[in-house]
Amino acid sequence: MTETFDYSLIDWSRAQFALTAMYHWIFVPLTLGLGFIVAIMESIYVKTGNPEWKRVTKFWMTIFGINFAIGVATGIILEFEFGTNWSNYSWFVGDIFGAPLAIEGIMAFFLESTFIAVMFFGWNKVSKMFHLVSTWLVAFGASLSALWILVANAWMQMPVGMRFNPDTARNEMVHFWDILFSPMAVSKFTHTIASSYLLGAIVVIGISSWFLLKKRHLVFAKRSIVVAAVFGLLTSIFTVFTGDYSAKAVAHHQPMKFAAFEGLYVGQRGAPLIAIGVVSSSPDDPDYENVKDFVFKIEIPNFLSYMAFSDFNAFVPGVNDLMQGNEEYGIMSAAEKIARGKLAIDALAEYKAASKVNDTEKLEKTKFILDENFKYFGYGYFIDDPSRLVPNVPLTFYSFHLMVALGMWFLFFFAIVLVLVYKDKISQAKFWLIMGIVNIPLAYIASQSGWVTAEMGRQPWVIQDLMPTMTAVSKLDVNAVLTTFILFAVIFTALLIAELRIMFKTIKNGPKPGGN
Amino acid sequence: MFETFSLITLQQYWWIIISLLASLLIFLMFVQGGQTLIYTLGKTDTERSLIINTLGRKWELTFTTLVTFGGAFFASFPLFYSTSFGGAYWVWMAILFAFIIQAISYEYRSKANNFLGKRTFEIFLFVNGFLGTILLGTAVGTFFNGAMFSMEKVNITSIYDSAISRWMTPAHGLEAVLNFHNVALGLSVFFLARILGILYIINSVKDENILARSHKQMWYNAIPFLVFFLYFVIHLMFKQGFAYHPETGEVFMQPNKYFFNLIEMPVVLILFLAGVVLVLSGIIKFLFFKSLKGIWYSGAGTVMAVLALFLIAGLNQTAFYPSLHNIQQSLTIENSSSSHYTLTVMSYVSLFVPVVITYIFFVWRAINNKPIEKSDLEDDNAHIY
Ligand code: HDD
Ligand code: HEM
Ligand code: HEM
Repeated sequence: MTETFDYSLIDWSRAQFALTAMYHWIFVPLTLGLGFIVAIMESIYVKTGNPEWKRVTKFWMTIFGINFAIGVATGIILEFEFGTNWSNYSWFVGDIFGAPLAIEGIMAFFLESTFIAVMFFGWNKVSKMFHLVSTWLVAFGASLSALWILVANAWMQMPVGMRFNPDTARNEMVHFWDILFSPMAVSKFTHTIASSYLLGAIVVIGISSWFLLKKRHLVFAKRSIVVAAVFGLLTSIFTVFTGDYSAKAVAHHQPMKFAAFEGLYVGQRGAPLIAIGVVSSSPDDPDYENVKDFVFKIEIPNFLSYMAFSDFNAFVPGVNDLMQGNEEYGIMSAAEKIARGKLAIDALAEYKAASKVNDTEKLEKTKFILDENFKYFGYGYFIDDPSRLVPNVPLTFYSFHLMVALGMWFLFFFAIVLVLVYKDKISQAKFWLIMGIVNIPLAYIASQSGWVTAEMGRQPWVIQDLMPTMTAVSKLDVNAVLTTFILFAVIFTALLIAELRIMFKTIKNGPKPGGN
Repeated sequence: MFETFSLITLQQYWWIIISLLASLLIFLMFVQGGQTLIYTLGKTDTERSLIINTLGRKWELTFTTLVTFGGAFFASFPLFYSTSFGGAYWVWMAILFAFIIQAISYEYRSKANNFLGKRTFEIFLFVNGFLGTILLGTAVGTFFNGAMFSMEKVNITSIYDSAISRWMTPAHGLEAVLNFHNVALGLSVFFLARILGILYIINSVKDENILARSHKQMWYNAIPFLVFFLYFVIHLMFKQGFAYHPETGEVFMQPNKYFFNLIEMPVVLILFLAGVVLVLSGIIKFLFFKSLKGIWYSGAGTVMAVLALFLIAGLNQTAFYPSLHNIQQSLTIENSSSSHYTLTVMSYVSLFVPVVITYIFFVWRAINNKPIEKSDLEDDNAHIY
């Protein structure tokens, strides 16, 4: 075979998408979380009429604004990148995927961008109540935009509610509600917003801790901490539950990703959960293909089976089962899937040829073969290289475990902070205040790791089982993509530096005196 | 309700919505136009701040309209989205860059410790206003003049080379500037945006000096606008257009196609003429009658005229994105749209649009209820850019 994929083009396109998405994700979770925290603070102000609460509200609102602007700047590029860099994808699934993007614009972005103007410019121009409602609308608008984009993302992980149409050579939507309420969409949305609220709470506590350590703005800082700690405790519980629910959704619909979460190569009944582990990554390890071998690990017996299927004895398939097949548990081998996928692809080609000459008999026959095998369509592209069906296991493993460990830690942390606040000892609890600051970067790391888990773990699929990443890419010169990658990297980094410096300065100056 | 509509009706409905979004976008580009005039109209720091602060209350609206325009185009005509964005890579990337640097500039410009310096953010605003308008206009020009792409759906079955849409020039879209007719549209949009920018600024800023300078600037921008716009329209009326046969879908060249589109759709013709008259009347009211309300006339006129131009690009059996590589592969609203089901779903969503417009209207009124002046910039309680 002389032809191969242009992997450098694919890799740079992926790198560019990852770069821009991860930059966007630096800012979005804070918008999501802080939006609600600010709205709660302003509600307290309106209820009590106490100007100190207005001061609290306005300070966090300034932080919100600085962060929001750069979130918007990084978002626009993502919206168009589906077209510019994944143009084949945009056709293959555009009939389904475009809708949530458009709905997001119409229903969410306008809501946010209109009422944010009231938030910032309306203090003296509209009534207190109108202002408060605007602040809540901005918070809801942000979560609403998360909803639609996450529905789109969930659909890529678990394509439902559509039918392939050979005449147009694309997937077409047939059930809108199935797409909106698929288990994957529910888990993605709930877990992502919960974890972002948590992140917002961590940031508020962290910055307030710094004020307490510096012995500045004590009243302000304590009030902020109370709101954030309550909000944080509730949302972190929610994060753990929805995270568990996400894991179940993955186990059912993306078994390969789930195996990668745990570095599970050989499937078993009553599989243990690895609490802490170091993957053996030596490629010349004779057993590499069957890496059960961790250099080091601490396990919780039977817990993985429970996490996946709510049954301590359930069978959890490993990478090897999924590649080689496992008759006992009815798992088809990769080779078989590839063969069927190739059948589907060839049937489509013949269908297209038949429709040119109007050969109805052949049309029917090829359509039948296509329909029978369409489930495996994407596998057909791996005819020469099945090993690519396995994602990067160590990366997925580590990012998943990091996220989970940090999730548990935050839950614990919020509880401690609340106890300290309750006993009025928070200002003296130096250790926990320092931890509060340390938690800020940790929350961002947890959040980014979540996406690395979700997106790297689903490789090589851009649409699970139907379209591999390498088929999705636009036909461009690799140097063009490389150039834009560098431009984005430079410009986003410059903007990030500007943002951070402004942010630090604003924090250093602290809330403005007086709550007018 | 929408379920019962035929596919072609839904396709036309969505082309009208896309056109409406595009025309609102061009109107809202008064923000971009205004950004190119910060140093022309404002000679002192305070004057510049006034201009930036009044534009800054609206930039997100323009930005969000652009994003929604992209999303709605994707949802309703995905084949355009995949063909044009992935192919005319450099044009779209340049446009996006111009918008990325805008989004932070307002918020960060006057903040302490902002790393790049006030001046850099003002340059960003200028670049956004300059490139954003010209490139967008030029890109829309290709709706009438075509682009060098090929599109073959069966490619998806070829394992190693499965791209459906391909661009046939190495310039990936930048070649559009070689056609002066495209560029004339780009420049028209640029000068129009500046005209609207001036009209918006004088309406929302209370400052004698800015007003005095605006008068002269209006002349400098209105004349080139008229020259380029007239050239664009006259050429458009006389050129051949890309028509397609309603039954077979076959694309062919038809003399004076766009002229006939106007004649055959009299409503669009009226829309277009009324739009042009309104744009001019806003300018004239300011120049000769010192009216500060020109933005409403010229703004409404812009929406109507641009809407009409988009409608003749895509309706009445016209290919809205012609392929110069092989005209049979040109995109029409019929061969590039989403399925009947998706268009139906999206049509229900489109019912939200009036709601959105309503709340935007109320918020606009609440925030712009009185023009801003110097004393507003000293108000401690206000959010200043
Ligand atoms: C502060 C951030 C944060 C924290 C503390 C957690 N997560 Fe998380 N997680 C995310 C932030 C996140 C995320 C960024 O929001 C992700 C990425 C994609 C998604 O759906 O949410 C995610 C994804 C994600 C996925 C992958 C979903 C998929 O691949 O489709 C699973 C299984 C979990 N999480 C599970 C958990 C569990 C069991 C946690 C226990 C404490 C946890 N997460 C804490
Ligand atoms: C904002 C949070 C997100 C982050 C941080 C993120 C992260 C990533 C990363 C790291 C990759 C590269 C994976 C790889 O190539 O190995 C990727 C790819 C991709 N993601 Fe996401 N993602 C996010 C959200 C989304 C959403 C919401 C969507 C769709 C609606 C999406 C669609 C894609 C696509 C199309 C690719 C490229 C194809 C691929 O490489 O699989 N991402 N993302
Ligand atoms: C990869 C797919 C994504 C695309 C195409 C995308 C697109 C965009 C765009 C265009 C904007 C600017 C909106 C404006 O004009 O105001 C934006 C902002 C935003 N996005 Fe994303 N986004 C993506 C991922 C995400 C994810 C995964 C979330 C949340 C879970 C999210 C939540 C938000 C929010 C809350 C905002 C507004 C606030 C802010 O800018 O920080 N986005 N996004």
